[in-house]
Amino acid sequence: MSTIQLTDVQKHFQRRPIIQNVSLSIDSGKIFGLIGPSGCGKTTLIKLMVGMLKADAGHIEVLQQAVPNYNLLQKIGYMAQSDALYTDLTGIENMQFFAKLYSFNKVERAKRITYAADIVQLTNALSQKVETYSGGMKRRLSLAIALIQNPDILILDEPTVGIDPALKLTIWQELERLKKVEKKTILITTHVMDEAEKCDELALMREGKIITHGTPTELKTLYNAKTFDEVFLQAGGAKL
Amino acid sequence: MRITALVKRIIQQMLRDRRTLALLFLAPLLILSLMYFIFHTDDTSPKLGVVGMDLKIVDALQKANIDVEKYDHLSKKQALTDDLDGWLVVDDGQLLVTLQNDSPSKAKALQLQVKQALTTMQMDNAPSNAPTLAVTTDYVYGNEDTQLFDVISPILVGFFVFFFVFLIAGIALLKERTTGTIERLLATPIRRHEVVLGYLVGYGLFAIIQTLIVVLYAVNVLDIVLVGSIWYVLLINLLLALIALSLGILLSSFASSEFQMVQFIPLVIVPQIFFTGLFPLEGMADWLLSIGKIMPLYYAADALTGVMYKGFTFSDIAIDLGVLLLFSVLFILLNFIALKKYRAI
Repeated sequence: MSTIQLTDVQKHFQRRPIIQNVSLSIDSGKIFGLIGPSGCGKTTLIKLMVGMLKADAGHIEVLQQAVPNYNLLQKIGYMAQSDALYTDLTGIENMQFFAKLYSFNKVERAKRITYAADIVQLTNALSQKVETYSGGMKRRLSLAIALIQNPDILILDEPTVGIDPALKLTIWQELERLKKVEKKTILITTHVMDEAEKCDELALMREGKIITHGTPTELKTLYNAKTFDEVFLQAGGAKL
Repeated sequence: MRITALVKRIIQQMLRDRRTLALLFLAPLLILSLMYFIFHTDDTSPKLGVVGMDLKIVDALQKANIDVEKYDHLSKKQALTDDLDGWLVVDDGQLLVTLQNDSPSKAKALQLQVKQALTTMQMDNAPSNAPTLAVTTDYVYGNEDTQLFDVISPILVGFFVFFFVFLIAGIALLKERTTGTIERLLATPIRRHEVVLGYLVGYGLFAIIQTLIVVLYAVNVLDIVLVGSIWYVLLINLLLALIALSLGILLSSFASSEFQMVQFIPLVIVPQIFFTGLFPLEGMADWLLSIGKIMPLYYAADALTGVMYKGFTFSDIAIDLGVLLLFSVLFILLNFIALKKYRAI
């Protein structure tokens, strides 16, 4: 069953087409990777799915409800590309602030904060101001905040940028666990090809269009390629 | 050449930022033109009411370039409605001039003109040993010790509240926009009205404290004249702070950096100062005055001077308060709409 369904979605900015006729179906309980170079429209597509932007044409459904929809915001955990954090507050203060925006009682809120901080291994740094955090720590805190309301869907915009390989592995393990144990649907964007391998399904994006999609193995077979760099280049019709 | 590289880069950057460029070249012209019109006022002669006065005296006053209005009977209320700068009556065989004194310099000038006119008339007509006509002076607002500062300080109190709240709210919100936290905030199930109200209450608390400190200090430490109730002063300033807050938040969505936020000062703040009454509004062209009437500070200054200097009560400032309230409602609604930029619903 598809959790996110896009039909002929279009979006323009100042008459420039950013998203062109995108149709996409994301199944529940899968890790779906949206892959493409910077500026290809990944972030815009994500914002359309969350309901922060409104499509000029086409139809978007999330959990069988038309987007934008106020009630869906509770069910989507969103991690923006920039670390949207209050740097003059401490880690825990940031988490408490965002946790309060979702309807939890006090006990549950504290539980969710402990859980989310634990996943990203930030428990020891929570009392520090965010401005003292390293780039990786900020990314982890952003991820923790996306997890805070226990959403059915996680939409993560380049979650592993600036994170060291060891932590990247931990985060991927956690994403796998969230998918398997908690049956969450996860959509991530990346421009790092080695992460493509780890997704259940992939869509390759370029200049506002989905140029191809399928499982990693399918795509590699289809384009007779060994690596995703090759898949990408061939699918995009690039001449080497 | 490294220097030319630097110069070229700066020129490129400046040409890209059209707004800064426009501000740099055009804002001084705007302010200068405003000042030109404001200080280039027609010399208005003071308006003096006279009640049952000897024609010789009226004649002498008119010769002294005073605009004389004759009355059979004149009450204080009537005089203020007709906006007389002063009026002259015979009281117990003595001349009594009552000065409105809403502007001390104007009142002093009128007082001097009246005295000179009377002295000249006496010297022309009477034998030199006749007793001189004595003139006593009374004041509607303030007294003979009233200084310019007493009249403009209520305006300054309001201005500083407006200015600082505007700037702080604007820059704080701008920071939220540039770091993306406002976008992140709107990806949670928070309602747009909750965001607007949250910001108004959050920053509003500090605006209230600032207003309290400024007003209490001005009245108690600097001993600024306060004839009316301090509660009205606080009420006016709070409304003004609310306007500054919502306007600051609103305009921050049209700025992409702190620098651009500061650029709003010559465009939004400075023109308002000209219409507060810090500079004489009499003799100002009608079209210019009507510009002043779209500015919140015009109403706030009117109400503040009314309460602090003239001792106005609620009914006297009700219209000003109503207009201020309308301004804040308008800006708050616009903020609500402007948030759509960050979330479609």
